[in-house]
Amino acid sequence: MADLALARPRRRTLRLRSGHVGTTLAALVLAGAVLAGLAAPLLWPLDQSAIALDNIAQPPSLAHPGGTDDLGRDGLHRSLYGLRVSLLVGLVAAVVATVIGGLVGGIAGLLGGWPDRLLMRVVDTISALPHLLLGIFIVAMLRPSLGAVILSIALTHWLSTARIVRSELLSLRTRPFIDAAIAGGASRARILRRHLLPHILPKIALATTLMIPHAVWHETSLSFLGLGLPPHLASLGNMINDGQRSLLTGAWWASIVPGAVIVMVTLAIAALAARWRDRLDPRVRAELNL
Amino acid sequence: MSLTATGIRAGYRGHSVLDDVSLSIGAGETVGLRGPSGSGKSTLVRVLALLHTPDAGHVSLDGDRIDGARHRVPADVRTRIAVLFQSPRAAADPRLSLADLIAEPLRALRRPREHVAGRVAELADRAGLTADLLTRRPHAVSDGQLQRACLARSLAHEPRYLLCDEATTMLDASTQALVATVITEQQQRTGMGVLLVSHDPALLARRADRTEDLPTPPASVR
Repeated sequence: MADLALARPRRRTLRLRSGHVGTTLAALVLAGAVLAGLAAPLLWPLDQSAIALDNIAQPPSLAHPGGTDDLGRDGLHRSLYGLRVSLLVGLVAAVVATVIGGLVGGIAGLLGGWPDRLLMRVVDTISALPHLLLGIFIVAMLRPSLGAVILSIALTHWLSTARIVRSELLSLRTRPFIDAAIAGGASRARILRRHLLPHILPKIALATTLMIPHAVWHETSLSFLGLGLPPHLASLGNMINDGQRSLLTGAWWASIVPGAVIVMVTLAIAALAARWRDRLDPRVRAELNL
Repeated sequence: MSLTATGIRAGYRGHSVLDDVSLSIGAGETVGLRGPSGSGKSTLVRVLALLHTPDAGHVSLDGDRIDGARHRVPADVRTRIAVLFQSPRAAADPRLSLADLIAEPLRALRRPREHVAGRVAELADRAGLTADLLTRRPHAVSDGQLQRACLARSLAHEPRYLLCDEATTMLDASTQALVATVITEQQQRTGMGVLLVSHDPALLARRADRTEDLPTPPASVR
């Protein structure tokens, strides 16, 4: 018994430490990416349409740490601007999707009955469609622009938030503490503001955070397929697409550098969101001794 | 002056739990209610508390027939009937401190801040809750302490009727006694009518003026 009691805390300490290292690393990567994205226009401005034909397909070097592409443009410099676009699109699209999903799920969960059944069938129907295909259809109907990409992502990513909000509200509505509040004289608005929203807001915020990396990948996919930003503008999807041609000539860096940037940043966001989710779950929190 | 349920038929999603049930609680009276599990005791409490609309029959409060339930009933009518639920854990918003829990019904009706503070202190004192306990959240107190806070909350509006749905079942003997004492004092002071739902015949024999039995509904109704 004594041996067992000694062995368990050691193992737990080790797990906690490794979790902290990962979280710290993810936070540093994300903070670095956000700071670099914010500071780039001030410290390292980019002329999006400039090309340098005397500097074509240069491998990574001190002068160009990310190499240059087949038009002589600096890979790291453009990746930084592409990341700005990806993060902006990911964040705005995730927030817009959350607002749409929150409203639909909120109406369904609060009203119940036929509005709930009707709205959830709409959600089921849209869920049955491949969302990338639906996103391509939406963006194809509009002119390629940042707004079209954001709209396309938001209109295809609100479904999970609607389901989360609706199921949370349906569950909370029947809890005795809501009955106690009604018996105590609380109005509908007060119950929503004081008892329902505070319970679901952390979950909505978490769902939004988890959606950001997904939205970033969606934007990259659309740009890769030529449906995102105009080709001359730096976007990670555009750059990976352009880099495909260079792969055949051995210039691997043209695709790898923007690819590595998106993988690192989206993994960092996903890792931080997963850590946050663990903190919100009391069972996991107890296991990890957070 | 009474809280009366007449010819109540009620259930959930077409599944009837109560069929033609009537019950009356007079002012200052303590009525016991017992019945086997599944007989609809809690459903009857919810109907009487205006939290569940019956499929047939009606509830009258001090001679006035009440139609509808929950927010369809005006707040000043709803607050004349208070409920003390069986599980204090489920009946307490886990985010609120015990002080906020007791203050919530008063804040819901926009009582002045000074009135709320004074009333919370008075109710907490009657329920035997110390200042230290009032700052804690539900997860940091025992079931007994939490049920005392729920009792204080239920008395915040000086209700005319208090419905106790097996409210002392999961409490220790000393907390049971304290809850009973607070309810009796309130009854003597304000003439509040009390419904005691319990499986415990000894408790009902000791505390209730009369006891009603809720029969097991026939299979066709169940």
